[in-house]
Amino acid sequence: MRAFATLVDKLYFTSGNLAKAALIKDYLKTTPDPDRGWAIAAIAGTLNFDFFKRKLIKDLISERVDPVLFDLSYDYVGEMSETVAHLWHSLPDDPKPLQQLPSLSEVVAKFAQGNKAQNRNYLIQLLNSMQATQRWALLKLGTRGLRIGVSARFLKKILAEYGQQHSQEVSIEKIERLWHGLAPPYTELLSWLEGKSAIPDVSEKVVFQPVMLSHPLDEKSLPDIVPQDYIAEWKFDGIRVQLVISEHGKAIFSRTGDDISHSFPDIMQNLDHQNISGVFDGELIVIQPKEQQNQITGVLAKETHHIGSFNQLQQRLNKKKPSNKLIQQYPAGLILYDCLSLHKKDLRQLVLTKRKQFLKSWFDNQPYDFIHFSEELEFASIEQLTSLREQATTLEQGYIEGLMLKAKDSQYVAGRPKGAWYKWKREPRLIDAVIMYAQRGHGKRSSFYSDYTFGCWQQDKLLPIGKAYSGFTDDELKQLDRWVRNNTIGRFGPVKEVNKALVFEVAFDSVHESNRHKSGLALRFPRIHRIRWDKPAEEADSLETLKSMLSQ
Amino acid sequence: MHPHPEHWITTDQNGLYCAVIDAYIDPLVPVHRAVVTHGHADHARPGHDEVFATQQTLDIMRIRYGEDFCKQAQALEYNQKIQLHQAEFSLVPAGHILGSSQAIIEYKGRKLVVSGDYKRHADPSCKPFEVVPCDVFITEATFGLPVFTHPPIKDEIQKLLNSLALFPDSCHLVGVYALGKCQRLIMGLRALGYNKAIYMHGALLKLCDYYVSQGIDLGPYIPVAEVEDMASLQGEIVLAPPSATNDRWSRKLPNVITAMASGWMQIRARSKQRRAELPLIISDHADWDSLITTIKQVNPAEVWVTHGREEALVHQAQAMGYKAKALSLVGYEEDESS
Repeated sequence: MRAFATLVDKLYFTSGNLAKAALIKDYLKTTPDPDRGWAIAAIAGTLNFDFFKRKLIKDLISERVDPVLFDLSYDYVGEMSETVAHLWHSLPDDPKPLQQLPSLSEVVAKFAQGNKAQNRNYLIQLLNSMQATQRWALLKLGTRGLRIGVSARFLKKILAEYGQQHSQEVSIEKIERLWHGLAPPYTELLSWLEGKSAIPDVSEKVVFQPVMLSHPLDEKSLPDIVPQDYIAEWKFDGIRVQLVISEHGKAIFSRTGDDISHSFPDIMQNLDHQNISGVFDGELIVIQPKEQQNQITGVLAKETHHIGSFNQLQQRLNKKKPSNKLIQQYPAGLILYDCLSLHKKDLRQLVLTKRKQFLKSWFDNQPYDFIHFSEELEFASIEQLTSLREQATTLEQGYIEGLMLKAKDSQYVAGRPKGAWYKWKREPRLIDAVIMYAQRGHGKRSSFYSDYTFGCWQQDKLLPIGKAYSGFTDDELKQLDRWVRNNTIGRFGPVKEVNKALVFEVAFDSVHESNRHKSGLALRFPRIHRIRWDKPAEEADSLETLKSMLSQ
Repeated sequence: MHPHPEHWITTDQNGLYCAVIDAYIDPLVPVHRAVVTHGHADHARPGHDEVFATQQTLDIMRIRYGEDFCKQAQALEYNQKIQLHQAEFSLVPAGHILGSSQAIIEYKGRKLVVSGDYKRHADPSCKPFEVVPCDVFITEATFGLPVFTHPPIKDEIQKLLNSLALFPDSCHLVGVYALGKCQRLIMGLRALGYNKAIYMHGALLKLCDYYVSQGIDLGPYIPVAEVEDMASLQGEIVLAPPSATNDRWSRKLPNVITAMASGWMQIRARSKQRRAELPLIISDHADWDSLITTIKQVNPAEVWVTHGREEALVHQAQAMGYKAKALSLVGYEEDESS
């Protein structure tokens, strides 16, 4: 427990990824099993129970600290675990303190086995035996609120690097393939990483497989695309998911391997491995009924429906337990474009056209109307391809982002193999907006004003429409930083208000209604396209212009 | 005048006024007579007619503001009693920084102690706090919340040395206040056997030179401006005022880990706000336990609490059976010097 507390304390304050990775590798090297595996679980968020509830912490502290002093302290500190960690002290009739601090695994086991009263006593004993930083770590761990800036994906990357110090055969892809088949405290995994045993067997478990990704296509490499060697598909504006289903279970994963099944009971509950069995690659979308036929030019086979907006999908993604009402309002669907295995047969070594054939022949006979198939688009020349890309903007009320181009002979390879898959997004939309506020960035950019809020005109007033922190070069960043410092007219905490004098040409993927900004509009993927040092601010675009670009 | 201090102490927009010595204590604006408890900029301001302070505080004001920082400077030894206007007046050590003092005012048998800023933790760069029993004790409350416990300085310095050992290629940039914190940190490093040169921002030099002139050994230190190859600062300790640690000045330093030495570093959110990756809880103020211990030892009839988190300390003093109230004084910065 001591080493774990030190680790999370250090991670909390460390901002660089390299330094974070060094801390974790050092911890793995020096900490025995099963402690280190429980630490991995705590950081990756795979612990599946709370040790105790916040209510218990509150009750315990109010027995020991003057409520006025507690409230004043809490107001100042702003966070419960930390306030309690600092204010905690023992009482005469507490259970007797522990001889020494137990290991992390002992703490996990005790809380897992204990009943309410036992856990209460154990928590008091632990807190009485600890220093403030350790108490903070325990309280965060026990309520599963560890926020130390290490994502599960990043942790897996660190595990891979750690394993590669011992064994050539370790890779992040392999860890990803295993991950969902393993459970804390990950002793088999760690043993394999250290070259002490064979790779764990997860063949009978439901496991996420690492996905194949695409390169963005730039105009220069367009002539390299030989029409007869590639297929084209729409690039849908949903999220990439992987559906895994067999007699051992079923799950739907995000492209980073997070299990998001719980958010989509409307899909998961209906699927039966008798009808569908394998690993499928596709797009998760919301499906909406068309109010009138022909109202929207669509691409789904089922002509009565169309793809819902990304915003609608977002509402589903954010809910761990969606209400029936939400499910009815925004039913989810899948558009499948590839399959990694089908009926226990691994297809990854086959070429794309073969895989699609297998997928299609299964699809034509499957019973689910929320599952769609991503059809190949006909094209014989680059000109036809270009006009398909232009069409993308008019289809499905804009919820098609562009085109995917995939080599017909491509095998399914995890990662981003060269020359295999391309995404060709439709042209970004552009608007001229005026920079209004600036804020410092993070990490390497912490001394630069690199985050900009910009707005468009409504009569003679600017209303903010979005924020961007990318799209410029390092040199431009230096110039912008200087400009911000010389043009500051006000401060709101970390935010500087600047002269309304500089125009950005902002590129974005789409615009939709939102109550986040005063303008009532929000942009998707806004980035600085060009800095218009030459353009007078009054000539920037009006809010009306932006509104006219709204998806229907 | 009635002997009870409540009849001869008032607060106004200039600060704390004491009628029986006809002087303001640490006034915020130029006044005709000022008692200055120590040299931090929010307590020692230029432009007064007459200033009463220790020689070291006067020296520090001279370094910061120039020869004509006041019309007439009056240096007092610690515990040297003088008659000032209608009362007896003296200064005693406060343990805060070099030259820092408490102001003692005795009038018609009633004694008032104005603590100024003080601490009770050991500090080899200045004389320790002296307990002076009195009728009314005016205490600071910068860290007046029970969440504040300042650990022993050697533990915090050890954190810095551990980080240097773990990341030997990183330049360790430590934000320190130029007066007091800077020199105490250097002495803390020396005490743990760190003998290498310490690099520093130009703004810290003069006061370090002054400490050395007062017989305090800081070991070798070098201004960053004199370093030709910035890459050579990898694995070294660089000190800078907090305002420079995340700004244009620090960009040129190689592979930086930012540390910050301040009592506020105890609170995670404050450390993050300061972008401190390595927070060092080092304070020149009294922590919560010290505040309470000091009140018990001084054992006054009344406790008045000035700048900081008055509410909690007044509540605590009352719970301990003292008559207590808050004297609201504004204008003392809580950040840089703490």
